[in-house]
Amino acid sequence: MKYPVTYQEYQENLSRGEFTGLECKKCGAILFPPMAVCRDCGGSELGTVSLSGEGRLRTFTVVRVAPEGREPPYIVAMVELEEGPFVIGNLVDVDADETTMALMGQKVRLDSRLVQGDLYSAGDARVLTFSLVE
Amino acid sequence: MRQVAILGVAMTRFGVSEKTNLEMFAEVGLHAIQKSNLEPRDMEALFFGNCLGAFEEGQLHMAPFAHSELGLPVSAPAVRFESACATATVAIRHAALLVGAGVYDIAVAGGTERAARMGTLLATRTFAMASQAQHESTAGITFPGVFAMAAHLYAEKYKIDLPVLKRHMAEVAVKNHYHGAMNPKAHLQKEIDVKTVLGSMMVADPLQLFDCCPFSDGAAAVVIAEADKARDLVDKPVFIAGMGQASCGPLYLQGDITRVQAREEAIRQAYAQAGIGPRDVDVVELHDCFTIAEIMAVEGLGFYEFGKGYDAASRGETRLGGKMVVNPSGGLKAKGHPIGATGAAQVTEIVEQLREESGARQVEGARVGLVDTLGGDLGTVCNIILTA
Repeated sequence: MKYPVTYQEYQENLSRGEFTGLECKKCGAILFPPMAVCRDCGGSELGTVSLSGEGRLRTFTVVRVAPEGREPPYIVAMVELEEGPFVIGNLVDVDADETTMALMGQKVRLDSRLVQGDLYSAGDARVLTFSLVE
Repeated sequence: MRQVAILGVAMTRFGVSEKTNLEMFAEVGLHAIQKSNLEPRDMEALFFGNCLGAFEEGQLHMAPFAHSELGLPVSAPAVRFESACATATVAIRHAALLVGAGVYDIAVAGGTERAARMGTLLATRTFAMASQAQHESTAGITFPGVFAMAAHLYAEKYKIDLPVLKRHMAEVAVKNHYHGAMNPKAHLQKEIDVKTVLGSMMVADPLQLFDCCPFSDGAAAVVIAEADKARDLVDKPVFIAGMGQASCGPLYLQGDITRVQAREEAIRQAYAQAGIGPRDVDVVELHDCFTIAEIMAVEGLGFYEFGKGYDAASRGETRLGGKMVVNPSGGLKAKGHPIGATGAAQVTEIVEQLREESGARQVEGARVGLVDTLGGDLGTVCNIILTA
């Protein structure tokens, strides 16, 4: 089996500001980040599709006790993309100490940033970031 | 499938221990075997739970060492299970499946963990390894963070003001500390009030320190046997009436994280196998790693409708003497959470409740008990239904 879009390709796409997902040819579901088979129907015929990078913040937290190697506080959020998939990343450009429930449902725009790897990870990696759309 | 029963059960006190993982496990393993009126050489297999031995002690492949520490025969294979916080429940389920299938007649299962040993920073990092490494851990997600996001979503979804929800969440902690104060094996044996919770440091908004279970050291083990053999060996075997287990992918694939898809499937399997429903359960030990997690669990297990379980503790319904006693041991919240041992300690509590050996925290007349253990960021759930 050929992996439709590998993690490395996904990372390269992110570094170019591209959000390349997969579209299941069987049921039409959109997958992002890319994976081996369709999460909804198990279909393995998947084509690439360019996503808008727009979504809505569905929930968030402010991490105040962080894992070793991380500097708190920072905001972790779940976003539902316009095309359907949920993703996890960091809400940026918002003061962690000024967050309220008013963030829930806000429109956000995707980007990514490079996170330094630690002793246990497989190296540096790009992680999704979200900014509020005014 | 043959009928399967639990014989001896044992757990260490949970808390901070100077003992090694092997010492803790040997202590409870031997105790459980003795209480079964058996010898270590009678064991035909070891189903051994441990999550983070590599970080706690630089130890991998701990199962064969636990095997020899316990004095098991070479013919008894020892296998390590790792399903994050659900590790020991999954180990016990697999022991019961193989005894039920006739592969073994008698086996020992359980787990051991030195989570407190690592300290908060390394423990937080290693627990976060149970989130998806490429897409979630990179965002700095923590386990309190996962359930904190679930709490915010719960408030939004059911239109409950966050301060109101937080007060009801605090009542879960108060209730579980009340139970834990009666459990001599609990990590935190002290009562608290709502003010203790709401005045504690913020860990991951909106979860405060007393919304969270502690990092604990500890071990627990149970002996499992074919039911007729069990009846011959002990006065009060406790029978496994139903089991279920299900898996779900990383958090970002789960969408509405106020509902745990793996739990809804696992408990469906367990209730169907036991031929019972939530109304038939007398006592439950469920996965309250965080206060909101208990609220999600009482709904997912069918004791309350979705969106209606948040004030169960406030109304006293889940407290000792209430209509559906939840976590009489003190739960993960007060009894403690040595992740690889937790499920075996939950089984231990339910077995003792069904044998009416629970002293001050005995649920009167308990005949049917349920164990619910969740692993990772909602990726694994294992349920076991036990009957007297």
